[in-house]
Order: sequence, then C-alpha cells, then structure tokens
Amino acid sequence: MKKICSIYEAHKKIIQVIVAVLLLCFPFLITNSYFLHVAISIGVYVLLSMSLNLVTGYAGQLCLGQAACYGIGAYTGSLLMLNYNVNFFLAMIVSALVSGLFGFLLGLPTLRLKGDYLAIVTLGFGEIVHLVFVNWADVTRGPMGLPGIPSPSLFGISISGRKAFYYMALILVVLFVVFMRRLINSGVGMAMETVKTDEIAAESIGIYPIRYKLLAFVLASAMAGLAGCFYATYISYISPTTFVYNTSVTILAMVVLGGMGSIAGSVIGAAIVTLVPELLRFLSDYRMLIFGAVMVIMMIYKPEGFWGASKRVKNIYKIDAERRTHERNTERN
Amino acid sequence: MSEILNVTEVSMIFGGLTAVDQVSFHMDDGEILALIGPNGAGKTTLFNLLTGVYKPTLGRVVFYGEDVTDLKPHQRVEKGITRTFQNIRLFNNMTALENLLIAHPACRGEKVTGALFGGKKLRQSRRKVVDDCEAILDIVGLLDKEEELATNLPYGKQRLLEIGRALAANPKLLLLDEPGAGMNSLEKEELSRLIGDITGKLKKNVLLIDHDMKFVMGISDRIIVLDHGEKIAEGKPDEVQNNPQVIEAYLGKGIEDDEE
Repeated sequence: MKKICSIYEAHKKIIQVIVAVLLLCFPFLITNSYFLHVAISIGVYVLLSMSLNLVTGYAGQLCLGQAACYGIGAYTGSLLMLNYNVNFFLAMIVSALVSGLFGFLLGLPTLRLKGDYLAIVTLGFGEIVHLVFVNWADVTRGPMGLPGIPSPSLFGISISGRKAFYYMALILVVLFVVFMRRLINSGVGMAMETVKTDEIAAESIGIYPIRYKLLAFVLASAMAGLAGCFYATYISYISPTTFVYNTSVTILAMVVLGGMGSIAGSVIGAAIVTLVPELLRFLSDYRMLIFGAVMVIMMIYKPEGFWGASKRVKNIYKIDAERRTHERNTERN
Repeated sequence: MSEILNVTEVSMIFGGLTAVDQVSFHMDDGEILALIGPNGAGKTTLFNLLTGVYKPTLGRVVFYGEDVTDLKPHQRVEKGITRTFQNIRLFNNMTALENLLIAHPACRGEKVTGALFGGKKLRQSRRKVVDDCEAILDIVGLLDKEEELATNLPYGKQRLLEIGRALAANPKLLLLDEPGAGMNSLEKEELSRLIGDITGKLKKNVLLIDHDMKFVMGISDRIIVLDHGEKIAEGKPDEVQNNPQVIEAYLGKGIEDDEE
C-alpha cells in the first residue's frame, strides 16, 4: 500500500491525466452495457459516499440515515417529473432542496445528542422515511414503487442510453468533487474539522458548533437528494426497497473503507464496495461472506481506510502560504 | 485607566457545592491581573464563568460596559474574550498554522457561498489571514514550526501555540489558565517575556491563573486570591504576599493560632 502511495506521489500529474482520459473514454473502450451499468452505479455511490463523508468524515457526526435523504430526493424528483412534467434539471434542484430541508430536521437532534445516541436517532429517521415510502400509497404507490420515470431532456433533446447517463454521472461526480474541495479547504471546512476534534476548544475561538453540524447535515442531505434524483431518472423505476437501512450502512462502509475525511477516499471506497461484490459473483452465495471478511481484515490492519485523512490535501490557505514562502525565497535570491 | 471588566458578586453553585461564592472584582485597561489560590479554590470555575462555559447562578459579568452574563462562549469571543485551557486543547490533527488560521475572525467567518464562489477578493483576504497568523506565530516563537502538526510539538510549545491561537481570535482580553504549568524555569522566563509583549506591544489585557508564586509575582500588576470559592485578598503582589490570610490559605494555620 505504501509503495502504491509513493508511486502515486512521484507521478501524480501523469497518473491523474491517465485516469481522467480513461474515465472520459470508458464508454468507447468498453461497450458492454453491464460494465457501463456498474460504472454508473459506482458514480451514484461516489456521490452518496461523498455526501456522507461530509457529515461523518469531516463534521464527525455519525449518521445512519443517509439512504433516507437519498430516497427523499429520488421520490421528490420522480413525483415532480411524473405528475407535473417538471424538467429533470429543475426536479434535481428541487429534490436537493427538499432533501436539504429534511437534513435540517435530521440535524436538529445534534443540538442535544452525540455519538452513538445520534446514530440511533438518524437510524430511526431512516426507518420512518422508509415506512412513509411504503405506506403513503396514494402518493408513492407503496411497495409497488414508481415506474416509468422519464429520461432527462435538454432543449428538447432527450438524453437516454447508458453512454449519456455515464457522462452525466461523471459530470456530477466532478461537480461534487469540486464542491467538496472548495468547501473543505475553506474556513467552513476547517471549522467543521474543529467541531469534530474538540467542540469546547472550537467554542473558545468563536465557532458555534451547532451551526456547523447543522450545515453539514443540510449540505450532505441535499447532495444525497441530488444523487437520488439522478438515480431515479437513470434506473427509471424506484421502490422503497432501495432506500433502506442496508443502503445507509453500505454508504457508511464506503466512507470508512475509503477513508474518513478524504474526498479521494470516498471515491475509492465507493468503487471498491460496488466492484468487489460484482467481481465475486462467481462465488454466488458466498460472495457477501468473503466481502464481509475482507472488510473486517481491512479494518484490523488499516483502520484509517485506503486513503484516510492522513493524506489530507493541504488546504487553500496553506497552499497560499507556501506560494508566499516560495516568493519570499525567490525575492531574497 | 478605564475599566474593561467588572464582575459583581458572581456565584456558581453545583448542587450542594458552592464553587464560586459572591466574588466581585474589576480589571483596568492595560493591567495584568493574576488569579491565585490553592487547588479547588474555584479559579478555573471563575474562568468558565468569564468565558461563558457556565452561566453564573448569581451575579453579573460586564465587559466594556456591556452585560455579557447571558452570552454563549462563541458570542463572548466576538466581544473579545478568548482563553487557553489548563489541559491543552489544541486541534491535534491540524498544523500549527492551521490552528491559528481557524481562530482568525476572517477565516472562521467564511460562508459557504463565499468559500464556493470566492475569487480574487477571497484570495486576498486569505493571504491577509495567513500574514496575520504568521505574525502571531512569530510573536509566540513558533514560525519555524508552522507546518508541524500540533500533536507533534513538545509540551511547552503546545502551550505557546494555544496562546497563539487565542491571540489569533483577536481578543481584547486574554484569559490564560495556568500558562506555565509543566514548563521549566527557562521556558517560564520566555513565557513571562511573551506575556509582557502581549500586553505591551499588542495592547491586550491579560488575566491569568497560575500556581508558581515567583512567576505570578514577577509579571502581574495586581493579584486576586481565592480560597474555597471566596475572594480572600486582592492587591499588589507584595501586599498579597504578606497578607496573613493568604499565607494561611496556602500554608495552613500556625501552631500558636491553634493554641489560642
């Protein structure tokens, strides 16, 4: 692992360019629609794990209800598109807003609760939302789900086909990465970090912890909602079974396995947790068993995940500082 | 000299325990005030009342003519009261510089939209923040350690970094809770000089708690002595040093007194 990292550090630029080109050309290199489907699934999970990483990895609040926000986004978007013929892009924004609102509600218990207790509350929130999806049959059609969700269209041109969705997923992932990077490498992101590390110390320098916890919940839920809306339009059929506790835990596994408090970690984690069970399909019923074992071993030997916060990107502030030191040195010479 | 802090009859009662009992004092602009007393005298509790960690059971705290008794800790920082802790509370996974950056009002005041869409203006403001914080690191003598993770710094340096962090928040009044604890005499000398700089050059007011009499006597203009939550003495260092009540609190009653 260390070797891989050092190789990466040494050829950072080249590797990044290669990965970017591969990602861009992927649908042309591999035309198998199953692989493309897996790639899009990874994309959706990358969005979700990044959103949870914001709450759990950066702001330090354990949340087991991420699937609920994912579902709220998916249902909001689908219902808007099915019942009111709303354009997909507008529906995506609205579903992000609605999910964000629910994220605010989900974040409210953090005013009083910490750690395990908060996790239980968020778990409860997830269950309640799932039950609403199942039982509010007038709107959600209950367990039968919502079929026939239309594909998005832009300026009258319908976007469909796996290739198009692949690129949409890729664009969303890039947008999310940019969003996360700018947010994390700012005063807001640093303030979240201090809230995670030591709330009393954070208060002593003028940071109001509740504000940042709520902010993390709202933003993360909005991101998950957006991902949900995209998922719905891609898969064109949603049912409550997708947005269950199990999904929340899967997302959490991605965050922890990839590395808490690391954007690259979220991407790697999502890719591994989606890919490994697919690769182990030849083991049929035993594949989840093997996968579980892999996770346990991983957590014993590498608890900080594949790409943990120890490889934290230097924040914008520091990069500026470095540049200045460099300038100072060159001036001197 | 104008009065900056006025504490009137504050009491803090935890259940059956009166940790601070009707303590009143004031602080003038430009002076270094020290709070001393034996273990469990209520010094740190009084600090927590000043910084807003606790809300006093009784009494008021007035800072620059404004009643801050009901304000939360982060709101009091906005008013200009910052502190350090008896047991160091740094952000260990952040570098020395980052510990200061996040305390800087312009950095912690960043908004999400600003962080996402900020351009040249944001860069300029950030550059200024880095400049300010590096200047403070220079004052506390840690500029060469700015890229070091806080947790990797030696103990004495961590104490200095915590003072730096409290300074970065741009306070008017700095509360230091046992800044010299665990330092050797050389480090303490440095600390005395630093506190002198903070009040002299930076024009901040300092209120500090410490056990080391020599250290306290050397730097403070005025001393308040607490015992069992009550203020038992107040005055110039030499006055306090010879106050029989203070000697009794620290050393216990003399034998003759017992016989009387």
